[in-house]
Amino acid sequence: MTDIAPLVSHGAADPVFGGTTAQFLRRRALWNRLAGYVLALAALASVLVTVGIVYVLISESAAFFRQVSLFDFLTDTEWTPMFENAHFGVMTLVSATLTVAGIALAVAIPAGLGLAIYLSEYAGSGVRETVKPFLELLEGVPTVVYGFFALLLVTPMLQSFMPELSGFNMLAPGLVMGIMILPYTASVSEDAMRSVPMGLREAGYALGYSRFRVALQVVVPAALSGITAAFILGMSRAVGETMVVAIAAGQNPNYGFNPMEGAATITAYIVQMAMGDLPHGSIAYQSVFAVGIVLFLITLLFNLVGFYLRRRFREEY
Amino acid sequence: MTHLDSVKYMAGAEVAGSTPVVMSSPELRAEVRNLSFWYGKTQALNGINLPVADKQITAMIGPSGCGKSTLLRCFNRMHDLYPGNRYGGEIRLYPEDRNLIAMEPGLVRLRIGMVFQKPNPFPKSIFENVAAGLRVRGIGDKRVLNERVEQALRGAALWDEVKGRLHESAYGLSGGQQQRLCIARALAPQPDILLLDEPTSALDPIATARIEDLLVELRRTITTVIVTHNMQQAARISDFTAYMHMGKLVEYNGTNAIFTNPKDKLTSDYITGRFG
Repeated sequence: MTDIAPLVSHGAADPVFGGTTAQFLRRRALWNRLAGYVLALAALASVLVTVGIVYVLISESAAFFRQVSLFDFLTDTEWTPMFENAHFGVMTLVSATLTVAGIALAVAIPAGLGLAIYLSEYAGSGVRETVKPFLELLEGVPTVVYGFFALLLVTPMLQSFMPELSGFNMLAPGLVMGIMILPYTASVSEDAMRSVPMGLREAGYALGYSRFRVALQVVVPAALSGITAAFILGMSRAVGETMVVAIAAGQNPNYGFNPMEGAATITAYIVQMAMGDLPHGSIAYQSVFAVGIVLFLITLLFNLVGFYLRRRFREEY
Repeated sequence: MTHLDSVKYMAGAEVAGSTPVVMSSPELRAEVRNLSFWYGKTQALNGINLPVADKQITAMIGPSGCGKSTLLRCFNRMHDLYPGNRYGGEIRLYPEDRNLIAMEPGLVRLRIGMVFQKPNPFPKSIFENVAAGLRVRGIGDKRVLNERVEQALRGAALWDEVKGRLHESAYGLSGGQQQRLCIARALAPQPDILLLDEPTSALDPIATARIEDLLVELRRTITTVIVTHNMQQAARISDFTAYMHMGKLVEYNGTNAIFTNPKDKLTSDYITGRFG
């Protein structure tokens, strides 16, 4: 816009505004309000979608829970929705989900933390700039590739020294999933560590700390909120991850935490049901929503724990 | 005239002045000899010679960029943390007469404590902050730790304010308290020399006054080297003052003498506020 003339007395004509100053101000206020509404609508859309998803999950599950008691749902240890005598013990699916995610974290936490500490505290910028693109590459591998990797490479490899390992098992997809979430957890942790101010490290060195002690006693505690967030989000991802387990852990709902056996996770079950043709409104159809809500609650729980930990360990530099 | 002589001479002059507390012949705790320093190719210090008197406060003043903080950070080899830095010359530590510039930096830092411009407590409890320097020196006995932590917190005039909440986070303290905590953390391992890099520049006047009081209380118990951009602060608390300009030491003398009768024109211009 061209140069705006200085405001003339209220109500007087001014050619630059295309009308009186008062009109100009009114028009501007109107546009401002309109823009506010449009932006609010965009914000509202995301809220509405979330509410809609939760509504569908709840209403379909409500139909499910009219036929299956919540008590049976939580305590039964069999999951046989397609059988004549159907059982709906969701713990069967939850146990597999947690086993695989637990194995994934057992890989991702030490390896991710070690990698992050190395990149942030030890590696020179040359090494860091070489390693990080590889991590990003690892992050870009499609999950279906990881799934086949687990089924066709890792499982046979493990079987060569663990002959009792089933063809479908939870160990291989757990390990592979750990590698899958590793780049994410490592890079988020590394960002958190690198944002720890140098002054805090200097305080450690000035006391006579070694590099390792500075990393472990100063940098990691100071970055704990970011590191925790990284691993909680990694856990969320592992719990919600579908392809790897659907391919490599099999589709047998087995209750138990034995990683040597195959078992269907919540996500694997949903995939299996979605691919078969289920009559709309049948109890097996509704069970998909019931386990969906369980998955949703588990993820929500992790996020809440993550938020709580972040608040508790929030540090002000 | 060697620097040892010059210190004795100037300290003698000090006695004739208005501060009779100063010993007539303070022992040297350290001595900077012909020290130069380069950040990469940029020379930041040029042939510095400076005595550090035992159990006295030596202040380093000068305009921004004069090299006073750079010089301070040579004492505990902080520059070794960053690549490309280089020293020339030596800093002798007495009485054992070792060269700090040639020692292993980790060992140097076990002997020399430091307090920084911004309070930088660790994300730990108040107790663990003070105990940190003791633990790294292998002191793990609970009774000894309790004793030394209390002693250091009393030494830093913080004990009464925090004794009821030693196991709460250090980040719950005010800025001034955090800085006194950092002083306690540096004091706890009983370092040979305490370095202070503009320790009050991030604090309000009341917190600053408390830190200055504290430093005055400590001054006969520990050798202190302080960098300050605040000339009044140097005048109030130090026994000796070094004036630096563009990487060189321009003048060193008893604080009283520097402020009442500067020999060099650069020094007098600076302390009378003509530049800086």
